[in-house]
Amino acid sequence: MITAKQIADTVSALCIQANTVLRADVKKALCKARACEKNRNAKFILNALIENYKIAEKDCTPICQDTGITVIFAEVGQQARIKGDLGKAINEGVAAGYKKGYLRKSIVKDPVLRGNTGTNTPAIIYYDFLPGKNLKLTILPKGFGSENKSKLFMLNPTATREEIINAVISAVKEAGPDACPPYMLGVGIGGDAGKAVFLAKKALTLSIGFWGENAYYRKLAGDIYKKGNTLNIGPLGARGKSTLLGVNILTFPTHIAGLPVAVNFSCHVLRSASATL
Amino acid sequence: MKTINLPAAKSELSKLKAGELVLLSGTIITGRDQAHKRLAGALKLNKKLPVKIKGQAIYYTGPTPCKPGEIVGSCGPTTSRRMDAFTPALLKAGLAVMIGKGNRSKEVQKAIKKYGSVYFSTLGGAGAYLKRKIVAARTIAYPELGPEAIHEFQIKEFPAIVWIDSGGRSL
Repeated sequence: MITAKQIADTVSALCIQANTVLRADVKKALCKARACEKNRNAKFILNALIENYKIAEKDCTPICQDTGITVIFAEVGQQARIKGDLGKAINEGVAAGYKKGYLRKSIVKDPVLRGNTGTNTPAIIYYDFLPGKNLKLTILPKGFGSENKSKLFMLNPTATREEIINAVISAVKEAGPDACPPYMLGVGIGGDAGKAVFLAKKALTLSIGFWGENAYYRKLAGDIYKKGNTLNIGPLGARGKSTLLGVNILTFPTHIAGLPVAVNFSCHVLRSASATL
Repeated sequence: MKTINLPAAKSELSKLKAGELVLLSGTIITGRDQAHKRLAGALKLNKKLPVKIKGQAIYYTGPTPCKPGEIVGSCGPTTSRRMDAFTPALLKAGLAVMIGKGNRSKEVQKAIKKYGSVYFSTLGGAGAYLKRKIVAARTIAYPELGPEAIHEFQIKEFPAIVWIDSGGRSL
């Protein structure tokens, strides 16, 4: 039996963890980027970004002041027994974590009329039902500087591999230095428009170095990564070789008439944390 | 590395060149989307502003809440582009320095040249690092905006890159 309190407590702890302790794969990627840079400004910036995540972890302070819109992937086992309201418990956990962790409350109650909810809720929750009896929760606090650069391309079904690469690269060029490069790209290919965008977001929860589900997509992700790193945008736009930290691709079957390609950007502060109950 | 004391005279700012990495010290104010909308709106209606703009340096940030015993929360820059629509009006009113991250519109670039201002880009995503460069902080306007309120910061050796210099050259 999984109780609402267990769920809320877990979500609260994950919100604080994700926002103050950078993922090990992201730390590794930043250190790798630093080793590749020659220009003075790029080196200074990467040194500061590495010092930044160390300070955040040591002081239990947010790595970035934009502690995000809280995106949560809830993978619910079909045999899981949950006592209480799952969605309500998750939102209570988010509110508690953002309060306890002194995280910024960035959510407004109406997209046009605005007005801060003061709790960072409601969270964006994606439910998936899988075999098993566990509940897996993954928290992705998504900063909006990078979210604003999201792109959806509804390509023709006859589009070539090069057209896919060019579409993704055009999104990176358009983002330029604005959304805190080096970027991690989540790319969703296939499904319908909504599914592609969802997969692009979900791809960010997978480790840097995942690349793709099979050899074809791993190679495609690798080629996007290489091309992206020739754009000379560099860390925070100060020029250099590190424009991308990585590219992860997730795919889904699609319709004979289309080829959706979605890109979701993460800044260099790619944060997520998971727990299984 | 060169240190610039803020507020700085425009004659001092005119010596800076795009691409230069500098340290900023002194007094600045903060302001992001909603504060810009309000300030630019008030200027349009010739209303009195709640803060002094002439000669001022503005930092685009919305800090995390301050923990007990701390000066300020994490406070890195937010994307400057979203302030572009409101910026020429503020520059016309005498705003001297802007600190944020990323590129600006052509209109802002032109206005920077026209009024001899400077735009700096600082360390995006380094809120924990930059908070250590802030030695004093207080809220001075629009407290009801929460994380978007206007604060006054005293900063010490706050790193920034000259992104658009007073001649309108952009990195």
